[in-house]
Amino acid sequence: MDTTVSERIRRDITENDVVLFMKGTPVFPQCGFSAAVVQVLNHMGVTFKGVDVLVDPSLRQGIKEFTNWPTIPQLYVKGEFLGGCDIVREMYETGELQESLRAKGIAVEDR
Amino acid sequence: MDVANRIRAKLTEALAPVRLEIVDDSHRHKGHAGHDPRGESHFSVTVVSEAFRGKSRVERHRQVNALLAEELRERVHALALRTLTPDEAA
Repeated sequence: MDTTVSERIRRDITENDVVLFMKGTPVFPQCGFSAAVVQVLNHMGVTFKGVDVLVDPSLRQGIKEFTNWPTIPQLYVKGEFLGGCDIVREMYETGELQESLRAKGIAVEDR
Repeated sequence: MDVANRIRAKLTEALAPVRLEIVDDSHRHKGHAGHDPRGESHFSVTVVSEAFRGKSRVERHRQVNALLAEELRERVHALALRTLTPDEAA
C-alpha cells in the first residue's frame, strides 16, 4: 500500500474520535451497508467524520489492507477498528455499542 | 460447484459448525452496485461454532473472511455475517 494512503488513514483515525470509512457521504450514502451504519450513529447522536472512499480508488483499496478487512463500511473509534456493518448493527442491538462508546469517552444520547 | 455450496464446504471443513445457515440475498440487490447477473453475489451467513470461543467479533469475521477469500474476490460482493458460539446462540 502507498505510504501516503496509510498515513492519511492514520491521521484520520488519530485526529477524529469516531471515523466511518464509507461509500458516499453521511448525507448521501451510496450503499445500503454504509447507510445503515450512518443511521445507527445518527440515532445515537454520535458526532463522526465520514470518509468517502469512492472519491479515491487508492483509499478504497488501502483501507481494506490497512484494517485487514475486505469490506466497507469500517468504523473506527479512538483509533481502534470496531467493525463493519454487521458488527456495528449487532452491537447496537445488544447495547454493547453504546456501552463501548461511552467507555471510550464518546457522548451517546439516550433514546 | 455453485458458490453457496463452496461456502458451505469450506466453513464446514474449517469450523465444524453446529449450525450453518447460508441465505442467497442476491435477488434483493438486483440492479445495485456489485450485483452479478449470474446471481450468488450477496449472501447472509450465520455460523455457530465452538471455534469462535474466546474470540472477538472482529477476529471471528476475519477468520470467516479469510476462509472465503477466494469467493469474496471472484464473485461475492457482500457477505453479511453472524458468528456465534453455541452458548451465545442458545
